[in-house]
Parts: sequence; C-alpha cells; structure tokens
Amino acid sequence: MSSTIVDSAAEFDVRDYLRKEMMPHFLCPGCGHGIALRALLWAVHELGMDKDKLAVVSGIGCAGRLSAYIDANTFHVTHGRPLAYATGLALARPDLHVVVITGDGDCLAIGGNHLIHACRRNLKLTCLMLNNEVYGMTGGQVSPTTSETRLTTTTPLGNSEPNFDACALAAAAGASFVGREVTHHVPKLKELIRAGLAHPGFAFVEVLSDCTEIFGRKNELGSSAEMVLRQKSELRPSAYRDTVNTPFRSNDLPTGVLSKRDRPEYGAAYRKAAAAQRADAAAKDGARTGKGEF
Amino acid sequence: MNAVDKLPAPGAALRLVSGNHACALGAVAAGCRFFAGYPITPSSEIAERLSRLLPQVGGVFVQMEDEIASIAAVIGASMGGVKALTATSGPGFSLKQENIGYAAGAEVPCVIVNVMRGGPSTGMPTRPSQSDIMQTRWGSHGDYPMIVLAPASVREIYTETVRAFDLAETFRTPVVLLYDQVIAQLTETVEFPDIGDDARAERKWASGPREAYQPYAANEDGIPAMSRPGGGYRVHTTGLTHSESGFPTQNPEAVARNLGRLLTKFERHRDVIDSWQALDCDDADVLIVAIGISARAATRALATARAKGVRLGLFRPVTLWPFPETALRAAAKTARAVLVPEMNAGQLELEVQRILGGKRVYAMHRYDGEPITPADIAARAQALAQETAI
Repeated sequence: MSSTIVDSAAEFDVRDYLRKEMMPHFLCPGCGHGIALRALLWAVHELGMDKDKLAVVSGIGCAGRLSAYIDANTFHVTHGRPLAYATGLALARPDLHVVVITGDGDCLAIGGNHLIHACRRNLKLTCLMLNNEVYGMTGGQVSPTTSETRLTTTTPLGNSEPNFDACALAAAAGASFVGREVTHHVPKLKELIRAGLAHPGFAFVEVLSDCTEIFGRKNELGSSAEMVLRQKSELRPSAYRDTVNTPFRSNDLPTGVLSKRDRPEYGAAYRKAAAAQRADAAAKDGARTGKGEF
Repeated sequence: MNAVDKLPAPGAALRLVSGNHACALGAVAAGCRFFAGYPITPSSEIAERLSRLLPQVGGVFVQMEDEIASIAAVIGASMGGVKALTATSGPGFSLKQENIGYAAGAEVPCVIVNVMRGGPSTGMPTRPSQSDIMQTRWGSHGDYPMIVLAPASVREIYTETVRAFDLAETFRTPVVLLYDQVIAQLTETVEFPDIGDDARAERKWASGPREAYQPYAANEDGIPAMSRPGGGYRVHTTGLTHSESGFPTQNPEAVARNLGRLLTKFERHRDVIDSWQALDCDDADVLIVAIGISARAATRALATARAKGVRLGLFRPVTLWPFPETALRAAAKTARAVLVPEMNAGQLELEVQRILGGKRVYAMHRYDGEPITPADIAARAQALAQETAI
C-alpha cells in the first residue's frame, strides 16, 4: 500500500460516537454494515458535527438497526419510510443535520416511492443506502438489487429479475449528489460519505456491503474477505460520470462521486418564499389598516 | 392575499366558513406549524387552506408523494418538537394505519383528520358516510390506545381541532378528528370563540441530567416526558417494543410493564378526555345515540317529537374513543329503548350494546350515500316509544 495514504483515524475513536450500553452489536461476523457505520461516524467526526444536532433516521432490516448504536438523536421508524420521516423532521427542524440509514429492500422496494421523490425534492438530507443484495433480517429473500441468477430463499431457481442500479435511479430522479463506494476502501468510503454530508441538498450514497452469513453462504461465495475481494474485482476504479445510461446494473460499476448538480435546496427555498409572502402581506396590511391583522 | 386566508382574531366578527376551512383555522390557532398531506376528496380543502395559512405564521406545508409519506412526515416533524397535522379520507386513512400505530407505540403526538366518505374501497368520494368509526379505534395492528374526537358542526370542528392538539400534546398520543363529508363541506356562520392563546397545552419536556432521564418513564401521571432533538438527551425512538430507556426489549416483565402503562394511560385522565352532549335525557323514553350529521338530524327529530309529547333524548359522544361510557349509562337511565342512527351497516351500535347491556338497542342504518333525515329518525323513534310503552 502506498505510504502517501495517511490514516487520520488515529485521532478518531469510534467509541466516542457509539452507545456503549448497546454493545455487543447484533451484526453477523463478516457483515459489511459495521464498516459502513464506522465510515459514517468517521466522516461525522472529521466534519466536527455536534452529536446533539445529528439526527439519524433508519428503516427496518439489518441496516435499520444501526441507528440504535449511534450516540445521537436516533429514530428507528417503519419499513421503507425513513426518508419520509426524515423529510418531516428536516423541514420542521432545519437546525438539525438529518441522516438516513436504509437498506436495499427498505429503500428501493417498499420505500422506492419516497426515494425518487426525495431525490426530486432536494431537501437537505444524507441518505446512506447499505446494499447487501438481500433481505438479511428476514432470512435471505430476493431484493431489488440481488444479482441475476443468484440463489435466495425465495428464488430457488435463481433470480430472474434484473437488479436495480440504485445510483442510476437516484440520478435519473434528480438527486443533486450521487455516489457509490465499497467497504474494502474504508478511507475512500469515509471521504464519499463526508462529501455527501457536506452537500447542501439531497445526497444519495450507496455502499456496497456484503452479507456473508446468509447471501454468501447460499451462493457459495466464500468468506467475507473473498466476497469483498470479488466486489473489488468487479468494480471499476473511481470514475466520474455525469449520467448513467441504464437503471439496471452491469457488472462494471463506477464508484466515487457519480453525479453532482447545483439545484436549489427545498427547505431554504420554501422558507425564503414564505418570508417574502409575510413581508408582502405585512406591507399591504400596513398600507390598509396601519397594523397587522393576525 | 385573499380575505378567506386571514386568520380569525379572537372574538372576531362572524364568518362564513366550511368545516374543512374551520379545521385549518383551528389547527393554526392550536399552534400547529407543520402539515403534510396528499390530495383526497373530501378533505383536500384542509390542505389547500393550510398551504396558504402556515407560511403566514412561520410554519411548513408540504404535499408529500403519498398518504403513507404524509403521516410519516407528520410524525417526523413532531419528533422534532413541532405540532403537526395530516388530513385524509377513508382510502388514505387505511394507508396511514401502520404509521398511526407507530405514533401510538412510540408515543409521538400528532393529529390526523379523517373526513368520512362512502366505502369500502374507493367507494363514493363525494358522498357522506360514518363507516370509519371502528377503524379509527382498531385500524392499526396490535394493542394500542386511541383518542378520537367527533365534531358535529363547523364551529365544533374548530374547537375540537384545538382540543385534538391539546390532548395529543398532553398525553403524547395520536388523536384522530373524525367527521363526515356533510359537515366537512357544509358552510356555516361561525363566531370563532376565544380559545385563549395562553391556555394551549405544552408537551411535557424532559428536564434534568441526561443520565437520569428515561424517555418512557411512567412518571406520576403515566405520561413520559419527551426530549427535543438538540436538547442534549440524544435518545432512541423505535417502533420495536421498548423499555423505559427507549431501547428495544423482549423481556416479558419489561414488556408487560411498559405496554401495560401505554394501554391504560388514558384511564386516569378520563375527566379531561371524555366529552359528550346529552340533550333532554333526564326523562327520555327513547334515547338516541348518534354522532356527526346524524346527531344533528336527531336534534331536529327531538324537537318534532317533543312537540307531539313524545319524550326523546339524545346522547352525542364528542370524544368517540375512548367512549364516554359512564356518561352514556347515566343518560340512558330512564330510556326504555335506545336508537342508534348511523350512516354505515352497524358500528356505533356495537359499542352502545356493549355499554348498555340489558337495554333494548335498535339500529338504524343507511349506507346509500344520503344522510339520515330528521323525519326518518323522528318516525322510527316515535314508533319505538309506542312499541315499548308501559
């Protein structure tokens, strides 16, 4: 490994951001979700974010359970709905930094409608979608991101549905920040999440995680290390792309920041328009009656 | 700005408004500063009004992508400490059920308006009905408590909207405001009462050191204090069954203790929660029990019958759930028969039968999209008075 990469983790202690009373965690050995959680908290640390002002909203599934481990304002809500809960929270409390943690089933199947509209609306939220290609919590059923031909408990003949490219979907729906990273490059993953957290609008970050115990075992994909290495060999090095051509996933996946657009942030735009209306009404009322009429 | 989008000043002159408009005005007066909704007949006017009213007072209106997102955003806003409202009708109310259960279980205050139209399914969008009486109480899965208010006039929609927020905040619970299409789109002259700006209920907020704070502690009154994000408490909120700490548990003792508190948390506050109208019940031979537009038809029937010497009484639960059963028993004391006119196939009737045990309870159903008329009720009640005459 190149000696130019400096591991700034030296000054970052993940334990400062975890609820110790919730340990040990419940993730399976080899699961990539813990790596993603660590990368998120590392990015939070580097940005100097106040834990009191950090709100983490998560859905249902393995990814959904992560919020409980974070020492912040955490909300474990209903299946598929964390983006909708987060939308209400962020609109009502623009002083908070709202982060959503969701999984591929939570975000793209049951919550798919909320994802596309959150992308379109461009409210300041960071959506971290942990993609392990499977419904792990419920025992390993096929998900919208399961690769074709893979075996799951509900595709005993092999998956025959094409899998979503979540980043292409988010970009097509108008997300102003879209990125993807894998769990074998933790500093790069941290950098991507950090860029997403700092983005002034809706940021969609896909993390290619791995489910060793259930999905890997079923498909004879080997150990966690072998699964992560396979991810690495199937992915192109970080590459910037303005557009992605297909909503279905090829084996050749770009990583890093894939799409970035300068769009008005929804909450700020709404508050600005409302303030202008109030000023206008006050001026008209003042002209007519000399005082406000509330 | 159009004159109709003005907020009423306390004690202001009479105004001609619809029920849905009164709901929007009541919400703002109650301190609601967040609305999320999805268009649906016959409740859309509430959203339309609030899209204009809320920016005037520094609040937020957002039209979400669907009914589920709307209730989810409302709960999210309330978890942020802001009073929040959504409004819908039957099909949307069905879609919101899972998340209403979340609000009940995680004890997040919010108000949900259900303007009843004909069902099942898409039913009759522009026609009235009272067929969601049971769904408001039992619609979500699992055991949970619920408060439902059933106003019967435009003015009462205003005052009950205010009360819905007060009850939601006081008892950390979702509250449903339930009324039918007739009252929703009925336009009446309303003198807006002074609801007393300083008298609005405030949520019980956490205080003291973080280490000592338990987000679901029973406290003396059974109502846990809530923490506002940013206040330093950094708590966890979950739809999983949780202990006093807010973290998930499946320990039978902790589950029984915490779920037990949740399920009984309204019982010792019934003096505040229960609300009803009892009209001419003291000497009634036939007691009519009804809500909404059916109760208003019954009021007219009472006058007609009394003029003929037939002693009818009316019991109208304003708090529909928990049902004011003590008050109903008292109101039914002299009644030889009880008549329940309702615009459905028989829902309120079941609760009245449960409460009044030995009494003869007669149903009067209508589900063709037309309201029950005063003449229908008067005729049936007078016949019952004769049949049961001693």
